[in-house]
Amino acid sequence: MGIEQKLGNMGVVTMRLEDAVNWGRTNSMWPMLFGLACCAIEMMSAQASNYDMSRFGMELMRASPRQSDLMIVAGRVTRKMAPVLRRLYDQMPDPKWVISMGDCASCGGVFNNYAIVPGVDEVVPVDVYVAGCPPRPEALIHGIMTLHEKVRGEKIKDWS
Amino acid sequence: MSANIISSVIQAFVERFGAQHSQFRGEDTLTLSADHIVAACLALRDEFGFELLSGQTAVDYWPELTPRFHIVYQIYSIQHNQRVCLRVPLNGNAPTMPSLTGVYPNANWQEREIWDMFGVRFEGHPDLRRILMPQDWEGHPLRKDYPLGYEEVQFSFNYDEIDRRKPYAKE
Amino acid sequence: MVEQTEVTLDELRHLVSERALTGETVLLNMGPQHPSTHGVLRLLLELDGETVVNCIPDIGFLHTGIEKNMEAKTYEKAAVMTDRLDYLNTSGNNLVYCLAIEKLVELDVPPRAQAVRVILAELQRIASHLVWLGTHALDLAAMSVFLYCFREREMIMDILEMCGGQRMMSTYFRPGGLWRDVPAEFEDAVRQFLRVFPRRVDEYEALLTHNPLFLERTRHIGVLSKEDALRWGVTGPALRASGVPHDLRKAMPYSGYEQYDFEVPTHTEGDTYVRYLLRVEEMRQSVRIVQQALDKLPYGPVRSNNRKFVPPPRSELGHSMEAVIHHFKLWTEGFSAPAGGVYVAVESPRGELGVYLEGNGSPKPHRVYWRTPSFANLQVLPLIAKGHLVADLVALIGTIDIVLGDTDR
Repeated sequence: MGIEQKLGNMGVVTMRLEDAVNWGRTNSMWPMLFGLACCAIEMMSAQASNYDMSRFGMELMRASPRQSDLMIVAGRVTRKMAPVLRRLYDQMPDPKWVISMGDCASCGGVFNNYAIVPGVDEVVPVDVYVAGCPPRPEALIHGIMTLHEKVRGEKIKDWS
Repeated sequence: MSANIISSVIQAFVERFGAQHSQFRGEDTLTLSADHIVAACLALRDEFGFELLSGQTAVDYWPELTPRFHIVYQIYSIQHNQRVCLRVPLNGNAPTMPSLTGVYPNANWQEREIWDMFGVRFEGHPDLRRILMPQDWEGHPLRKDYPLGYEEVQFSFNYDEIDRRKPYAKE
Repeated sequence: MVEQTEVTLDELRHLVSERALTGETVLLNMGPQHPSTHGVLRLLLELDGETVVNCIPDIGFLHTGIEKNMEAKTYEKAAVMTDRLDYLNTSGNNLVYCLAIEKLVELDVPPRAQAVRVILAELQRIASHLVWLGTHALDLAAMSVFLYCFREREMIMDILEMCGGQRMMSTYFRPGGLWRDVPAEFEDAVRQFLRVFPRRVDEYEALLTHNPLFLERTRHIGVLSKEDALRWGVTGPALRASGVPHDLRKAMPYSGYEQYDFEVPTHTEGDTYVRYLLRVEEMRQSVRIVQQALDKLPYGPVRSNNRKFVPPPRSELGHSMEAVIHHFKLWTEGFSAPAGGVYVAVESPRGELGVYLEGNGSPKPHRVYWRTPSFANLQVLPLIAKGHLVADLVALIGTIDIVLGDTDR
């Protein structure tokens, strides 16, 4: 890596535990393969050739909630889907994060009616909201970067 | 050929089932009673070659009660390239009518959807459960007397008040 | 929190076989979160070992109440809802809704607008088929096709963004024409796409068409006979793969499709493989249509001059009182449509996409009903899944090409 030439052959790097753990968490954050509606198509675009989300350590979409760290709620959440969504969230191991992708997931979007949950934050706690209907892949990647920023700033005392 | 298939359908239906014919923007609509709908669709499918039930829906004319609902069928013939619309008026708040699943099997889901959204029951339907809404949902959303379920939009002047009431989820 | 509904076996007793009640076969839940259900489709499977005995689709996890919401908006404002139905075919949804309004209020559309509509609808069809091809191949474990397909899809998204300002939900088609004229770079961008794309289709075919793994997983899988397809109201590529050459672009031409020369590919085998071949061929035919439409793209206005339905251009507002009045009326109240219902259908990438629009003399529609192809086509899944293995079910869900937003509305 080149780092050993700078440090000499000591094999020891000192850094804060927080930083080491947060660095690890940030760069291997596996999202759950879970799309709801229109935004899921843009989420797919973000993973595909032109936008290539794997640059940020997220190439591995896990189909099982048990193996994923990040839930991207991509699309509108209906009253019928809300219990399923919560169950999926409950199955994810800690630490876990949620990105609410798009207007529908964030606040109901253009739909303001009987069928749609107005904001997924009524069902699961949300870390980052991404605006847009649907957000461009760049916007989603920006949302993920914002989440990375947030994770990098986490403190030991907040880990539970 | 194709042009007169529709006129022979109209003629046959008026004679046999007492249907009323109307035309709007070039579309032919035949209004007939619920008792005749199965026989009429059998005749359409077997005699006149209308093999595809394109769509089936209901229209709610609340607060009118007689008739409150119209069931609308869009039936298409691939061989004649013709479309015909059938309308069945239904009275009352919780009407029933015969199911069309014996004639066009794909009426199955369409009728489940109409039951789910409008509360019109179909007799003889093999599996009349709700299809789009959760099974324990109350009411039939597309009825005109069912509210849209509108939620107040947050602006800066009422942001705090709505925010207090909003049920945020916990970890 | 909404309580989880407990579904007891009693409710499903009439749907499963006798053997499920004795425990001889197994009931298995697949979805709503499953990597290959293309959204939030839930399937209840009755399995005898690996063999599917019964398959009971459970839809509605994406039921958005679009029809009800459209009834609460004026005709033109409701157009934004249409994009979000079938989110892979947004222009097609706009198109059918605008055609329905134009039929209901008898509004004319200038020829340039019609040609641009055809170009964008066909590009959207290609984009939709690309997403289908990518995800279908991904389900059958061919990862690279997905990356290839999305590369070309981005070119189409760029063209749509250039016109409507949005990648997916452009709402570019409005009643009476288009929102605005296409930008100057439009023609070059489309020509560039047309130059590149046919070779790219060859690339996909080189990856899949003679690939033994792909053939093994698609041939003779999910055979749908002509009679069954008609009985179950299947339309679109699935119907054409079963031997019925029915395409609404030919049968009931709209928006000037009768001027263009193209073929309707048809196969008779009705299995998953020919449905793949057919969609690939459709992409090539769409390229032909776009080419012809672009070559004879007429000049002229892109929106009707009927000021009762179409707002005046901004430039007129400064000096014409009449324009101000029309503008005010249209954006506050909207236009009214007469009482009466019309049904208009177009050929979407998935089949017959119809809208039944009923007015009642007020500025809001009385009833908007969407006849969506995914809803109709998905009904046939239990029929074609019977007797296949669970692994094949993944191919079958892919081959019907469902979009859950389209199914649940």
